[in-house]
Amino acid sequence: MVIVIKNNSSEPIYDQIKNQILDAIISGELKEGECLPSIRGLAKNLKVSVITTTKAYNELETTGYIKAVQGKGYYVSECSNKVVREKMLEQIENHFDKAIEISKKAGISEQELTSILQNLLKQEE
Amino acid sequence: MALSVSNLCKEYSDFKLDNVSFHLPKGYIMGLVGKNGAGKSTTIKSILNITDFSGKILIDGKDNRVDEIAVKQSEGVVVDNPFFPVSFTLKQIDKYVGSFYDNWDSDKYYTLLKKFSLSKDKKVSELSRGMGVKLQLAVALSHNAKLLVLDEPTSGLDPVARDELMDILMEYIEDSENSILFSTHISSDLEKIADYITIISNGKIFYSGEKDTLLSKYFIIKGDYRKIPESFRNKLVGIRKYDDSFEAIIDKENCDKIDKSQFSLENAKIDDILIYTERDSRL
Repeated sequence: MVIVIKNNSSEPIYDQIKNQILDAIISGELKEGECLPSIRGLAKNLKVSVITTTKAYNELETTGYIKAVQGKGYYVSECSNKVVREKMLEQIENHFDKAIEISKKAGISEQELTSILQNLLKQEE
Repeated sequence: MALSVSNLCKEYSDFKLDNVSFHLPKGYIMGLVGKNGAGKSTTIKSILNITDFSGKILIDGKDNRVDEIAVKQSEGVVVDNPFFPVSFTLKQIDKYVGSFYDNWDSDKYYTLLKKFSLSKDKKVSELSRGMGVKLQLAVALSHNAKLLVLDEPTSGLDPVARDELMDILMEYIEDSENSILFSTHISSDLEKIADYITIISNGKIFYSGEKDTLLSKYFIIKGDYRKIPESFRNKLVGIRKYDDSFEAIIDKENCDKIDKSQFSLENAKIDDILIYTERDSRL
């Protein structure tokens, strides 16, 4: 797994770490049950503070993507795929919400909206 | 706690350390930050018990005055000029300095000299600034110090040496048993690896806590001074005015009461916080 820290980014460093691990889980690069680097080892390699990597791991753990095994370290959760799927469904809903909002503003009917989606799906095929 | 400083006071004719307290948990790195003359060195000298002070300093739970010998055994020090006699060769340091420590490990010392590219036949007087820092680190690590205290370790080091120092320090705390306190007056790469920051300004603690919390605590606020509500003006720290414009830092908690769209707001970095707080203390 590749984690790259940008020191000049406005995104906090723990978010950068969290999001890059998340991307690796979503892309399948990190597989279910796979062991993650240790909190202190990762801090050393990235030259960031231990508290920063701890925070990234804690947030990933709270959201269910990874889990801590006492005395052994952190692993990608077995149901991480399920969690990822849920997260993606949420994203889809958000985008649909936006589309609905825009269509209301523009006075586009429900029928028209669904036909846009169907056409787009056809194009994909 | 690896280090616990409570109510540290020390008075000079023209300066005093005023009730300085901060705590460093085991396994972490703390940066002690402040401008020259803010009280960093006096604080560090008190921790090392090389100056008298009032208050209480515990290192790994032991009082640094009552249990002085035990504390010194478990403490490693990196200062501007190494405490070693300048005519000593690094080989003689093993023999004479090593004999002061119960846990001295000669093999480890020579391994570290090699790792840090220091020749054992060199004299202390012949070492560059960077080499002097490395020698002190080698000595600290060879007697199994649990707390490393570094006074301005990066001043006078080139970027490559600073980077090497960071690697050594991160490796040192990796096992979560060892802890580090360093002082600095310049924004340095070292801040990147600090877990905790203690800002000392004019002999007083301005902030002591997690670095990430500090970095998200303040905004630099700029804009039209006339648009700040009267009741809000005392919340601005280190304000500087020019014509109708102003700039200052402000605790984000206090920002709810103003119309954010009227001002320019950006996150304040440690350097900014230092500059604005010092500006305030001059007024």
